[in-house]
Amino acid sequence: MFEYYLSLFIKSIFVENMALAFFLGMCSFLAISKRVEAAFGLGIAVIVVQAITVPVNNLIYTAIIKKGALTWAGLPDVDLTFLGLISYIGVIAAMVQILEMLLDRFFPKLYNSLGIFLPLITVNCIVLAGSLFMVERNYTFAESAVFGVGSGTGFALALIALAGVREKMRYSNVPAGLRGLGITFITVGLMAIAFMLFSGIQL
Amino acid sequence: MDKQERHFTEGKLKSLYPLWEAIDSFIYSTGATTKSGAHIRDAMDLKRMMMMVVYALIPAVFMALYNTGYQANLAIAAGAASSTWQADVLRFLNIGFNPADIWACMVHGALYFFPVYIITLAAGGFWEVLFAVVRKHEVAEGFLVTSLLFPLILPPTIPYWQVVIGISFGVVIGKEVFGGVGMNILNPALTARAFLFFAYPAQISGDKVWVAVDGLSQPTVLAQMADPLLEMTYSWKDAFLGFIPGSMGETSTLACLIGALILIISKVGSWRIMLSTLIGMVAMSSLFNFIGSSTNPMFQVTPLWHLVAGGFAFGAVFMATDPVSATATETGKWIYGFLIGILVVLVRVVNPAFPEGMMLAILFMNVFAPIIDRLVMNANIKRRLARHAVQ
Repeated sequence: MFEYYLSLFIKSIFVENMALAFFLGMCSFLAISKRVEAAFGLGIAVIVVQAITVPVNNLIYTAIIKKGALTWAGLPDVDLTFLGLISYIGVIAAMVQILEMLLDRFFPKLYNSLGIFLPLITVNCIVLAGSLFMVERNYTFAESAVFGVGSGTGFALALIALAGVREKMRYSNVPAGLRGLGITFITVGLMAIAFMLFSGIQL
Repeated sequence: MDKQERHFTEGKLKSLYPLWEAIDSFIYSTGATTKSGAHIRDAMDLKRMMMMVVYALIPAVFMALYNTGYQANLAIAAGAASSTWQADVLRFLNIGFNPADIWACMVHGALYFFPVYIITLAAGGFWEVLFAVVRKHEVAEGFLVTSLLFPLILPPTIPYWQVVIGISFGVVIGKEVFGGVGMNILNPALTARAFLFFAYPAQISGDKVWVAVDGLSQPTVLAQMADPLLEMTYSWKDAFLGFIPGSMGETSTLACLIGALILIISKVGSWRIMLSTLIGMVAMSSLFNFIGSSTNPMFQVTPLWHLVAGGFAFGAVFMATDPVSATATETGKWIYGFLIGILVVLVRVVNPAFPEGMMLAILFMNVFAPIIDRLVMNANIKRRLARHAVQ
């Protein structure tokens, strides 16, 4: 059993890397990768948000939204799946709000360096994608907890690696037309080729 | 030639100065040392460094010539047909296809290797010079190494147009858009090969591409190990010396070891990276040996076989040690190499999509090299701060 969760964890980090295999969450991926410290902070924030929202959404899904989930309330025919998206977003928004207040109170420096991107985690596609993948793949509660931490870690890893590369690239003499985002897109493409290393691994 | 220099430093042809400079320093020795660039970490001239790598590659090139011809002649002796122009040339020159004749093998191999090499030089050189002229930097010797490495990691049957596309991608996207030699993040030769590998998998992987005759299916050593239905037809000694099908230059572990010796003695390549890659590979494959598996025969492959199969030795010696894309700190080199060794075995054993993982393992660690360097440096800073706080 432990082996199964371990392989799910590894798979969600490397094989199905949110940033470099699905190309989700590109906005913050490109914007917060200029400095390693900020990338590290955002990476941790995404891991925390993912680790909380995916299991919580899993609970909501299985207890309320799923077809036939309301049998315990005497309503076996009710299908609330149309409320799925809105309730996931609601949970995510609430979680991010709490996280923001905690960071502001206890880590003001990190809070300032993340700036607008912390509230924007709410609409970061990888957080919503985490919950949607969970629904699509019918994860149990334990699976969704592992998947949440894993997918967040994968995103954080890719983000920090990109930040490291971009810091090194400050010494590079990039052609004027490609400076900034242009070269970053090319770098991300090359990184995705390197991450193909893990594609196809059956665990 | 020096008399002509003024045409390029002032005169009308000023814009072509990089081209002139390249030809000048390629033909004559130069008094100047490299002045700037991210890869400069000691006083050694980049030109001498790169030439040393080229010298170290010579044994691998000879083995590429001999083995490519040897494998093809062996297949022809066994009854395979060869209708390529190379075979026509051999028939015309009356050299024949005797696998026991070293000369016949060398010529046959040369007819496969040198066209690819010349095309690589021409196509890559075109981009190199174009960027140098437009962006006014010098044509760097790094390209000599890239252009020699690239044909060595291709199968002999690669179509020439793919060579052109591959090296163009490697030079332009892999290197020049980052500002040229010393500023790239991934190894350009490996970037080029990875691009071809994913864009045209039929011509660079599988069983049919490794021996230069018509449509002969000849699985590589790694394919024979992975498939329980195939019998291992090569001895360890053959694989060590390089008489196995594979990419042109990477079959011979012996030639790579000679190259490694040259690189280590001349202090061009990092022995830390080579050694730690080896340690990582041995550790991981021993672990897999220990775990064992009833369904996957790759679990039983010993470290000795991992060493000689595929591109492990070539990658560890010539690709992983690339001073630009590898880590720069000493501790970082140990971590970097160790992880490459682990990843290679991991991909070979548990990833059924790719039989060989050396290329992608090195690229993957190239991506993480800056972060490893940073962590090592931060750890150093912290340690020193702590030491001073105590005193």
